[in-house]
Amino acid sequence: MKGDEAACVLFDAGHRACGGCAAAMAARFILEAAGKDTIIVSSTGCMEVFSTPYPETAWNVPWIHSLFENNSAVASGIVASLKKQGRKEKVIALGGDGATFDIGILCISGAFERGHDFTYICYDNEAYMNTGIQRSGATPYDASTTTSPAGKCSYGNPRPKKDLPAILAAHGAPYVATASIAYPPDLKKKVEKAVNTPGPCYIQIHAPCCTGWGFESEKTITIGKLAIETGLWVNYEMEEGKVTRVKKVVRKPVEAYLTEQKRFRHLFKPKRNDAEIAKIQAIADRNAEKFGIDIKLKA
Amino acid sequence: MALGLGCTARPGKSRENKTGSWRVFRPEFIADKCTKCRMCMIVCPEGCIGEDAEGLPVPDYDYCKGCGLCAEECPSEAIEMKKEEK
Repeated sequence: MKGDEAACVLFDAGHRACGGCAAAMAARFILEAAGKDTIIVSSTGCMEVFSTPYPETAWNVPWIHSLFENNSAVASGIVASLKKQGRKEKVIALGGDGATFDIGILCISGAFERGHDFTYICYDNEAYMNTGIQRSGATPYDASTTTSPAGKCSYGNPRPKKDLPAILAAHGAPYVATASIAYPPDLKKKVEKAVNTPGPCYIQIHAPCCTGWGFESEKTITIGKLAIETGLWVNYEMEEGKVTRVKKVVRKPVEAYLTEQKRFRHLFKPKRNDAEIAKIQAIADRNAEKFGIDIKLKA
Repeated sequence: MALGLGCTARPGKSRENKTGSWRVFRPEFIADKCTKCRMCMIVCPEGCIGEDAEGLPVPDYDYCKGCGLCAEECPSEAIEMKKEEK
């Protein structure tokens, strides 16, 4: 495990992430998998803010900050320059779901269409956490955020989560995958595969946020596992646009996931909202059918 | 520290920021129960759990924020969270 230890320090301690932060875990897993010859392009977001308060940095690899919207464009430039120089460093563009699903999608689309050899990794905590938990295109249906607050006239975010992996697969990306911090070996295997696949690859990492979702800091991995066990998050790999590998589960009802988080509290208090819970269960059922995640138990 | 325009700090400089002061609960590692599975080292968001010569986990309390993930995920219940006494 010597190599592992050396890699550990590539994302160093002393960063200012909340206790129990999944994005901080993701950063370490990504670098453990990608190795020291990696250049990170980080868009604005939690990860950028907590890892690099001026004049400090938690990164022990070359790291550059871009704006919210243009980290794929910056990464494209770096890739082109490395190619011209004949260098072999891996380039990873790293963004939160706000930077990826909403603000940066134009530049991401451009970089994927041009076919640069880089990996885009989105740590998906399902809202703009850094600025105070505003909803994004990645916020799931009925989640309460500061810009989609649940109340008398609202059940929270009225729109389903955008299917970004499918959008990027449609660009002809050779490798697209979803992963979760709850399964580190799987996540690291996918990062390794992505950085070693020529062309633009995309990985979306489910990163539960204790501050924004409302759960205790020690439950980060428990929540990540529940998302997968209920079918509300599916871990899969797509190669050349086809789903090639899926994590199968014995599915639990979605309540198991929802009741653990304050952002869904309004569905249970003051009284249980069966109609809305059924709609969320339907989302999980559709996921299960689309990806075939159900393990059929013998009666 | 003065830096030129567009420059960043030296790598790993965040270590100057001792986040251990945030801690409310402190993980206590019970060596007798530990099976050296390394789960705590893998899940720690600070990456601040190392190991001694025998493979037992050694937390760096300078950086541990006391989130409790190591204790929650430990399969052999070898980590207990205790209220920090200051």
